Amino acid sequence: MIVGETPPPSGAFGVDAIAMTMRFGNFLALDKVALKVRPGSFHALLGENGAGKSTLVKCIMGYYHATEGDILVGGREQAIGNPKDAHALGLGMVYQHFTLVPAMTVAENLVLARDDVPAVVNWPKEMKELEAFLARMPFKVPLGAKVSDISAGERQKCEILKQLYLKRRFLILDEPTSVLTPAEADEVLGMLRDMVVRGELTILMITHKFREVMAFADDVTILRRGKLAGAGKVSELTPDAMARTMIGAEELTVQPPRTGEAGKARLELAKVRARDDAGAIAVHDVSLTVRAGEIVGIAGVSGNGQRQLVEVLAGQREAESGEIRVAGDPYHASREEMRRHNMSLLPEEPLKNACVGGMSVADNIAFREFDRAPFASLGWWLNRGAFRVDARKKIAQYKIKTRTPDTPISALSGGNVQRAVLARELGGDVEVLIAANPCFGLDFAAVAQIHAEIMAARNRGAAVLLVSEDLDELLELSDRLVVMFHGEFVYEARTSEADLTVVGRHMAGH
Amino acid sequence: MADGSIGLWTVPLAVLGGAIRVSTPFLFVSLGECITERSGRINLGLEGTLVMGAMSAYGISYLTGSPWLGVLAAGITGALLGALHAGICSLPRVNDVAVGIALMLFGTGLAFYLGKPLIEPTAPRLPAIDFGWWSDIPQVRAALRVNVLFLIGVALAPILYWAFRTTRWGLLIRTAGESSDAARAMGHSVLLIRLRATMVGGFLAGIGGSFLSLFYPGSWNEGLSSGQGITAVALVIFARWDPLLCLWASLAFGGAAALGPALQSVGVTSGYHLFNAAPYILTLAIMIITCSPKRTLTGAPAELSITR
Repeated sequence: MIVGETPPPSGAFGVDAIAMTMRFGNFLALDKVALKVRPGSFHALLGENGAGKSTLVKCIMGYYHATEGDILVGGREQAIGNPKDAHALGLGMVYQHFTLVPAMTVAENLVLARDDVPAVVNWPKEMKELEAFLARMPFKVPLGAKVSDISAGERQKCEILKQLYLKRRFLILDEPTSVLTPAEADEVLGMLRDMVVRGELTILMITHKFREVMAFADDVTILRRGKLAGAGKVSELTPDAMARTMIGAEELTVQPPRTGEAGKARLELAKVRARDDAGAIAVHDVSLTVRAGEIVGIAGVSGNGQRQLVEVLAGQREAESGEIRVAGDPYHASREEMRRHNMSLLPEEPLKNACVGGMSVADNIAFREFDRAPFASLGWWLNRGAFRVDARKKIAQYKIKTRTPDTPISALSGGNVQRAVLARELGGDVEVLIAANPCFGLDFAAVAQIHAEIMAARNRGAAVLLVSEDLDELLELSDRLVVMFHGEFVYEARTSEADLTVVGRHMAGH
Repeated sequence: MADGSIGLWTVPLAVLGGAIRVSTPFLFVSLGECITERSGRINLGLEGTLVMGAMSAYGISYLTGSPWLGVLAAGITGALLGALHAGICSLPRVNDVAVGIALMLFGTGLAFYLGKPLIEPTAPRLPAIDFGWWSDIPQVRAALRVNVLFLIGVALAPILYWAFRTTRWGLLIRTAGESSDAARAMGHSVLLIRLRATMVGGFLAGIGGSFLSLFYPGSWNEGLSSGQGITAVALVIFARWDPLLCLWASLAFGGAAALGPALQSVGVTSGYHLFNAAPYILTLAIMIITCSPKRTLTGAPAELSITR
């Protein structure tokens, strides 16, 4: 913005993007997309991963420069060259990944975000002003607490408060509720909605949760593969119609029906305790039994010990005490035990936890069996040909999109990395399956395929432990539901009898 | 007991004197490294900076006759070496630890080369303040002869502690060190912040070097530094990146370094070299006690390459 130009109008204002086109080399990320956000409205931006939602908002915020197209802010055409220009116009963005500094206090984070941080900060005065600001705000955060010590929900509130503190009046929220319990999500979105209704704020929210779109948004814009697929008033649309617009004509894998009854106990945890990297107890004496032909879902907001529990089961972390048994035998996560009991693991962030990024797709698929016949002779002479033959078969069977079996696996998209891990882990017999957030960040097609595979493994008699932050996924797949909070299992119910509000309350620790 | 002989009391007194005298280079290097590491980068080259600082301080003091100009020259030399480190590290895919090791060897090598003609002449030394005037015992007076640089260093520790909390620069350095994403999202240049932090760190380490050549031991030779620079880097980790703890840790290391000579002076000669190794043994012991494979270090800046 040029100095001396009129300041942005007071109150809420709208933003229009007209015929936005964005090219990255040969790839067309946005193709003449139009977005119209009315002043004082709550607008939802829907689309699958890779549909261009993030690219579109990053063009609005000045991180990217659109190849073509114009942006109108409050009805005036603006050239937004960088995020600072966008901030000066009153545009703010809350990112999916927190931009707070964890080792600093909430107050330090808020003051630091200002453009005019004084050379020497007068903390007593700043604290007084911050408290006065908070008193006007709908939600509270502990100013003196370190960000690393507050809950994910409070961090998300902090991110939003930071934008309001900076007097931004057009907020872009990128999947703001992915780390919140349903109750927290409703609280935060409800308060923002109130501010929108009062005409103080305009909100553009990227999301994939139809429930939130239906409950809070006025208008919706749907993108598919870089193109505008649909737009309209939420009140005139149904979730089904929106989902169809998002996916287009793509065929989804059909999930097999739930068949068979649970059998004998396969995976037993008795008073398992583990510490996190900082040395604090993250998993607090948990006990659990998963039976054959049963999916047990572990629900909880991230950071309540789920990660450490899965790491113990995967052999990435030592349990401090307690006992794990698989089919009655003590289990210490050795390769031999995993092989003997046909254990499979789908850890979260598969590229980091289940793959070697620089090695080929074929090598990664062979990790479990690479030193056995037919992949190896005498346990050490590797038969590269057999790797490729097996990989080709699994690439076709699991629809892994890769140029060749020899492509490094890090070159694949998230969904295809997860498919490759799925091929390795579920390709043979499975007696115990441990899956952690298996669908995080994946598109509909990949999610449908992974859900179908997990259900099929269950029907074949596998004991499945499914750890997920996505409550909908757990309600859809699991037979039993357990809620983890502060490292303990605080609630258990048959999924068919589970009450969503009770589950949500336990997730929040009430 | 004869005059001037205070028996075994010599040992704790010498350790105290040593804590004050020997700790000064530790203190400056560790405070400098503390600033650099809080910005998210490790500069292992401070050993080289220390030796270069010692050489340039001695040279300038000899040429101009003013030891304080020597101190300034040492600081500027250190800042330039810091800028070199930061400059190389700001290139893509450069590892700061490897660059630091290279600069450590470069700094010491260059100092030995340029410092050859300085081994013979005597340069004016830094003055000291006599805090032991009230005592008749020479050992007490020797122990309490305190250099001004030590006092500056002692004052600097709480100033840094305060600055990390309450100044814009302190907050920005911490942001760059804890989350470069957050710093970038706020529109700051992480590379620029780290360049400045590394230069200030180098400046302080250079001053630490000037103390070696201009006060204690107080001459220029190739055996001047016995690894104080690199020990001080380890000391920052031990001090959990806290300037105040850096002060206490420096005093402890200074005291440990004075143990060997102190015991020798009272006639304990067996194991002299072993006692001389006390600071290094202390380093190892502290590392073993405070490190664990099961958890990360508390207080470590998240962007540091050793903690990522």
